[in-house]
Amino acid sequence: MSQTKPYRVSHLDALEAESIFIMREVMAEFERPALLFSGGKDSIVMLRLAEKAFAPARIPFPVMHVDTGHNFAEVLEYRDRRVATLGLNLVVASVQEAIDTGLVRELPDGTRNRIQTPVLLAAQEKYRFDALFGGARRDEEKARAKERMFSFRDDFGQWDPKNQRPELWALYNGRHHPGESIRVFPLSNWTELDVWHYIAKEDIPLPSIYYAHDREVVERNGMFYAVNEFIRLRDGETSEVRRVRYRTVGDASQTAAVLSEADTVEKVIDEVAATRITERGATRGDDRVSEAAMEDRKREGYF
Amino acid sequence: MSQAVLEPDAAASRGMDLLRFATAGSVDDGKSTLIGRLLYDTKTIFEDQLEAVESASASRGDEYTNLALLTDGLRAEREQGITIDVAYRYFATPRRKFIIADTPGHIQYTRNMVTGASTADLALILVDARKGLVEQSRRHAFLTSLLRVPHLVLCVNKMDLVDWDQAVFERIADEFTSFAAKLDAPDLTIIPISALNGDNIASRSENSPWYEGPSLLHHLEHVHIASDRNLVDVRFPVQYVIRPQSTTVTDYRGYAGQVASGILKPGDDVMVLPSGLTSTIAAIETADGPIDEAFPPMSVTVRLADEIDISRGDMICRPQNKPAVAQDIEAMVCWMDETAPLRVGGKYAIKHTTRSARTVVRGLQYRLDVNTLHRDEAAGELSLNEIGRVKLRTTVPLLADEYRRNRTTGGFILIDESTNRTVGAGIIIEAR
Repeated sequence: MSQTKPYRVSHLDALEAESIFIMREVMAEFERPALLFSGGKDSIVMLRLAEKAFAPARIPFPVMHVDTGHNFAEVLEYRDRRVATLGLNLVVASVQEAIDTGLVRELPDGTRNRIQTPVLLAAQEKYRFDALFGGARRDEEKARAKERMFSFRDDFGQWDPKNQRPELWALYNGRHHPGESIRVFPLSNWTELDVWHYIAKEDIPLPSIYYAHDREVVERNGMFYAVNEFIRLRDGETSEVRRVRYRTVGDASQTAAVLSEADTVEKVIDEVAATRITERGATRGDDRVSEAAMEDRKREGYF
Repeated sequence: MSQAVLEPDAAASRGMDLLRFATAGSVDDGKSTLIGRLLYDTKTIFEDQLEAVESASASRGDEYTNLALLTDGLRAEREQGITIDVAYRYFATPRRKFIIADTPGHIQYTRNMVTGASTADLALILVDARKGLVEQSRRHAFLTSLLRVPHLVLCVNKMDLVDWDQAVFERIADEFTSFAAKLDAPDLTIIPISALNGDNIASRSENSPWYEGPSLLHHLEHVHIASDRNLVDVRFPVQYVIRPQSTTVTDYRGYAGQVASGILKPGDDVMVLPSGLTSTIAAIETADGPIDEAFPPMSVTVRLADEIDISRGDMICRPQNKPAVAQDIEAMVCWMDETAPLRVGGKYAIKHTTRSARTVVRGLQYRLDVNTLHRDEAAGELSLNEIGRVKLRTTVPLLADEYRRNRTTGGFILIDESTNRTVGAGIIIEAR
């Protein structure tokens, strides 16, 4: 912890202390927690916090990747490197496998964020995880502003916004019946800028796609999508090579990049501080569907 | 809309501190507009959010951009134009990061306000200048003092609708000041504002030359919160015992937790409760290395010089300054369950610091009318959103302080053992 003067705690240190407290609380109170790790920046920060919470011991729970099959190669490489470095136990829940076995159906538009949910729930049931750490932040979206640190889920993984447990002080209620579970969001009080400041302060390596690079992209509705095996040019569209970075990393078929020259963490922070468009608004085709898109997905068991 | 010049400067924001505040007031008082205004003036609102609000306002037929729409998260709330739950919002200036616990003001949401106030450094109460203080304002002030929120701000809103009449403001301010004096109220600041037009929010308004105090944002940025923490009584609830099963790190036992209060240093003599065994602090560790002292809200790992049996739920303190080791607890309880009331004889699970136990309700001394502060000693139960003074007996001792002295070791929650719902929140008055 850095101190600038006696007994003063910076906002980042306060957020870190709160997140570490929550992780330890879950480890103490649950039988089989796991951490949802996508290789995105929020779950990368969560992993660092988990390292800190249990040092000098190893992270005492497995990490689970719900793999849409629509991945950026850089992110998968990063995932495997990180898991090896930290000596973690990785569980992969594959959407492709679930499509092949008939658990879920491919959507007409080919995007896979929505069909992740049953795959996540099936894996949770298989491994009997009673708590799942997610990297969601309350500043991301309106429905998430109402989310708890300990988010109770029934045995269908569903979130009922009208039936949430009050959370007072730092007293979190994780009690649940068999089959039910808790999603835990240690980054609830962090903003996008806080996450980036922490990445800078801790000098945490990220997948290269978070920094500016040249990529073949196609512009759709003012968003820039990478042209790859998941995104094909439609009639009348042309692709161009632009300098871009990703603000979020999701399903590669529906996550867009932003035009950027920021190739270092400091430059990214300057851009994030100056940007006038939300992270999801700029990059997630899936949240643009309707005013209540996120709320509906959460009710179905999404994060 | 006016643009304030409050850009959270990227480099400067690393040295900011954190202030949590709770807002209370109803939709009609302009609470959502005020929050929307704070977010807007600190450039927290993004273009895509503003566009969404502008188009939603237009489709509703609103005559102006309805900033309140920024904060209504759930479909039911948008349809009914109400706020049904605590929502958390974030903004920052170069000096501070802010977390707002945005709670609905109506009486049926007392539990939400209590929830928001439990972690707040400051409470912001809103009144409509045309209506002055109403029952709700007094209730909010009372709950703020009950939860020991150290700083209170009263915003007299809609001053534009009373032509910025100083007399109107003074009358409301005087009335509130005399009411707050009875409440053992914290530090109080009263500000005339117009949330809709942005007067006295981000900067001082020319419409109120007679007002000499700070703008709301200036006050939020500068209010002194460092002294609000208890740095005197050492309380370290043990959360988790770290014992690496590894060949490289052997014989390691570390007690992980978050400092509740006081300052811990290596070499300090300590006592562990409830056992009463003593030792000294050998080291205070973090993942980034050992540190010389730990204070709230740091999460650290404490190592002791002696091998003593310590587990989750124990408390490390100083031999001459200990919490009560108590099974008989008197507390103010706010009941939060809609399905069944709190009854004398009822049994619940109780969570206090990192310790869990079971408890039985021994007695209900009175139910408090949160609007009039009248005590009903004939009451036999507490229903949803009601507050009363309760006697509890726990199965194992709690390591507890009075809430007025320590908000972390003085608060607890009650959980229904069959539904697992959090049904009550308690503020300890006495522990024996």
